[in-house]
Amino acid sequence: MLSKRVIACMDVRDGQVVKGVQFQDLRHAGDPAELARRYNVEGIDEVVVLDITATIEGRRTLADTVRAVAGEIFLPLAVGGGIRSESDAATVIDAGADKVSLNTAALRQPDLITTLANRYGSQAVIVAIDAKRHGDRFAAYVRSGQTDAARDAVEWAREAESRGAGEILLTSMDRDGTKSGFDRELTAAVSSAVNIPVIASGGAGGLEHFVDVFTKGRADAALAASIFHFAESSVHELKRHLRAHGIPVRL
Amino acid sequence: MIALVDYKAGNLTSVRKALSALEAAFFTPESASELETVDGVIVPGVGHFSSTANLDASWRGAIESRVRAGVPLLGICVGMQWLFEGSEESPDCPGLGVLPGRCARLLGNPAEGIKVPHVGWNALVPPAGAPSKLLNGIAEGSQVYFTHSYAGPVTNDCVAATTHGTETFSAAVERGRVYGVQFHPEKSSAAGLRILTNFLEVCR
Repeated sequence: MLSKRVIACMDVRDGQVVKGVQFQDLRHAGDPAELARRYNVEGIDEVVVLDITATIEGRRTLADTVRAVAGEIFLPLAVGGGIRSESDAATVIDAGADKVSLNTAALRQPDLITTLANRYGSQAVIVAIDAKRHGDRFAAYVRSGQTDAARDAVEWAREAESRGAGEILLTSMDRDGTKSGFDRELTAAVSSAVNIPVIASGGAGGLEHFVDVFTKGRADAALAASIFHFAESSVHELKRHLRAHGIPVRL
Repeated sequence: MIALVDYKAGNLTSVRKALSALEAAFFTPESASELETVDGVIVPGVGHFSSTANLDASWRGAIESRVRAGVPLLGICVGMQWLFEGSEESPDCPGLGVLPGRCARLLGNPAEGIKVPHVGWNALVPPAGAPSKLLNGIAEGSQVYFTHSYAGPVTNDCVAATTHGTETFSAAVERGRVYGVQFHPEKSSAAGLRILTNFLEVCR
């Protein structure tokens, strides 16, 4: 039986891991390669490096960061943040990424999803969707959550699948950094609408939140950042807890 | 010396990194004639089955000749699917045909949340009475990382099967000195590195 994946995300700025609360108020959490080394032995199933560097100069260090992280792990590695073109994707893939995650660029130029899927295979293309509740529906946002893309998140996920995306990385902007639990309604809505894996993100704060998103939220994978960086919860403890609740995991 | 065959389908960075970490001597041959003196051949692969068409008559001939000479061959992911007679993904593109059977698309079951592609960690279950050099030291139920939509059938060559929903396919095959893995050993943490080490052992 396919295991539910527990994914560690590193938000990286200028080569350093940071983590914000609702996309603001960053605090330092360490060196990417050092964290990666820890994840490799702790039983994390996959690592995501998300570059949140604002400047072009800072972006040039991303390939170095990817190379350093890839050198520490024999796990799938996805990289996102500021990937706008086929050559941006090639740079991080050549540096050791297995998958690229597209967000703003996918909405602005959806052909890029297909171009990359044709070149590297759909398994290498994640479409990241930042979603925010608008009444009883979910709106997709771009530019690090600053701009309403005027698209329904569920409908956009379906289109991304049809254009060649291999996975959806779905972040609840309302829950991001709050540690109040994943948005299981958002996750279930998207997961039921597509036939590709959905990675739930935003809100992980405790063991029960993972149980909830894997069962009621129908997530295929769950991503968290700060609870792993700051060692508030050990990965083994989390996985034992999930297994005890009948959720298949790699232990 | 191991030949890592690059047929321009996706990138080989991860496989190279794993072989380097295991201190294997390997190179990427420029032409098929360079396979004549190697101790082992790895055909990796991510992406579409049709990309194996880049392995033209000269490559096929050189690889078949190595197999006949008893040189170990390892196919990874699409590289394993290529060992079979062909795949539903690209019916006009023949496989190497050193293993009987054809690869077919996984069906999944959307209503039950069984999705295709099959992405993630899943367990290796060896059929009864199937000793394997490739899986030496790998405990039954060990999990490895998959990412694929097509898979090879469970035949007499299967040394580990994996189940997604209700569908069971060959996760690892072994026929003489021909080996194949549907999963990515280079992405499968300690278990994956052990499997690559086992392959390097049979190349000695």
